[in-house]
Amino acid sequence: MSLEIAPFGPMLRAQTKIELLRLLRIPWFTIATIVFPVMFYSFFGLEQAHMPYMNATVGLYLLASFSTYAVMSLALFSFGASVAAERGSGATRLMRAAPLRPLAYFAGKGIASIAFGGVAMLLLVLFARVTGGAELSVPMLAALMTRLLLGSLPFVALGFAVGYLAGLNASVAILNLITLPLAFASGLFVPLDQLPPFVQSIAPYLPTYHLGQLAWGAVGARSEPWPRAALWLLGYAALFTWIAIRAYYREERKEFA
Amino acid sequence: MIAADGAAAVTFRGVAKKYGALVALDAIDLRIERGENVAILGPNGAGKTTAISLMLGLRNASAGSVSVFGRHPHDTAVRARIGSMLQCSGVPEYLRVDEALALFRSYYPAPLPTDELLELAGIRETFGTRIARLSGGQVQRLYFALALCGNPELLVLDEPTVGLDVEARRALLATIAGISKSGRTVVMSTHYLEEADAVADRVIVIDRGRIIANGSPSEVKGTVGRKRVSFTSPVAFDDERFVRDGERYAALTESPESLLRELFARDMPIENLTVTGATLEEAFVALTSGENAHVA
Repeated sequence: MSLEIAPFGPMLRAQTKIELLRLLRIPWFTIATIVFPVMFYSFFGLEQAHMPYMNATVGLYLLASFSTYAVMSLALFSFGASVAAERGSGATRLMRAAPLRPLAYFAGKGIASIAFGGVAMLLLVLFARVTGGAELSVPMLAALMTRLLLGSLPFVALGFAVGYLAGLNASVAILNLITLPLAFASGLFVPLDQLPPFVQSIAPYLPTYHLGQLAWGAVGARSEPWPRAALWLLGYAALFTWIAIRAYYREERKEFA
Repeated sequence: MIAADGAAAVTFRGVAKKYGALVALDAIDLRIERGENVAILGPNGAGKTTAISLMLGLRNASAGSVSVFGRHPHDTAVRARIGSMLQCSGVPEYLRVDEALALFRSYYPAPLPTDELLELAGIRETFGTRIARLSGGQVQRLYFALALCGNPELLVLDEPTVGLDVEARRALLATIAGISKSGRTVVMSTHYLEEADAVADRVIVIDRGRIIANGSPSEVKGTVGRKRVSFTSPVAFDDERFVRDGERYAALTESPESLLRELFARDMPIENLTVTGATLEEAFVALTSGENAHVA
């Protein structure tokens, strides 16, 4: 007898492909995650790239900052806004009625987000090298990528939570309201020591701050010990996952009970 | 393709569905055999979409049981044998037609070739077009193609022609009627009676969550058993049993003979007299509205 359900591999490949197409074809995704970091870096980082800062250089430090911003906002938007869009268009209903396996659905989003984040980082690193701003060694690049991708887990969960709780337009606004203030208050746009004391005092409680610490540590800049940052992020991941699961079941009761 | 399990395509046993205090379906018993073409007919809010959501495992019954091919509709292997077109559902608009088809084909163990899907749904010319640029009729046809991706044994269509203009509606119905001859089981909900007549060999009429008629289109009409008496008269004629449209008068009656006898006894001028069986539309109105002013 023929197969009862479709093979997992091709399903995952197709699902990943449409998630990548989503990121490529919706312009503000690309602008927010690829164009902005490169633009910010050329505004703030190029002139003083070789000046020492925090045991590293301004160039390396900002490279880590803007990579953090790119990966973090990508995790939030690619999961949050896509879930909200699928709920809004009714794609969720159609895919649920079809024999799509949930693991392929979620893994497709994950792989696309990681691939896009990797490309955004590589472009930034390449830009920094070509413009003579900062030279990141291969081990440093590997450490930076690994830390940021693992460290973006709480933001994936937060994205899901927003995606299940808000409609499409509201979710984009909410995600921006989360991303921009968090990135600013954690020293990703302007180094922390140049921010007002009030902001400096709340920064250590923010998830983005600790993701930034992981990134700065990866390029050799002064930072908190990575296990502490990892623990903070794990705590945030647990909290946001709890909210996301509650939001998911709320939706489930409303639409599919 | 068809497993030797012998179960009916769809079985509802004592199914009820409540949304809070609202009873959407109430004590539904239903059996749809393999290969049948069934229309579920009813006005808005009758429970059609709820019944279809239960069949597809999109909703859970509050009481009773639903099975598809003898199994629970949540079963992935069952879903792989069903194709569906839903209301208020869509595929991401940034995709092109070919990409959406490739995506849905990947969900099924034995998908139909893309070429055949384009042909069956009549959307060959839209192959590389972004979904956002398709017309309403083309979008519905794309959804129809997506429903066929897995070469389904059971095709479930929830008001497939909703929002289409007359021409697109007629064309899509012809396509569905063509598919229904392929040995697949087709379940289509609609509130257009001529659609049920055109596609189905069995009509299930539901209203306020209950099945009120179940049979062939002609049997459903027979359940009502009314005839339509119609004539024109240049002389004004006042009788509340008749509906007046200009000079034309029409009434539905269970005994046309006695009504005609009564009319002739009045000795009024009567022209263009016809007595016809009630159309499905009229049968439906009579069935769902209970007391109806137009029924003599």
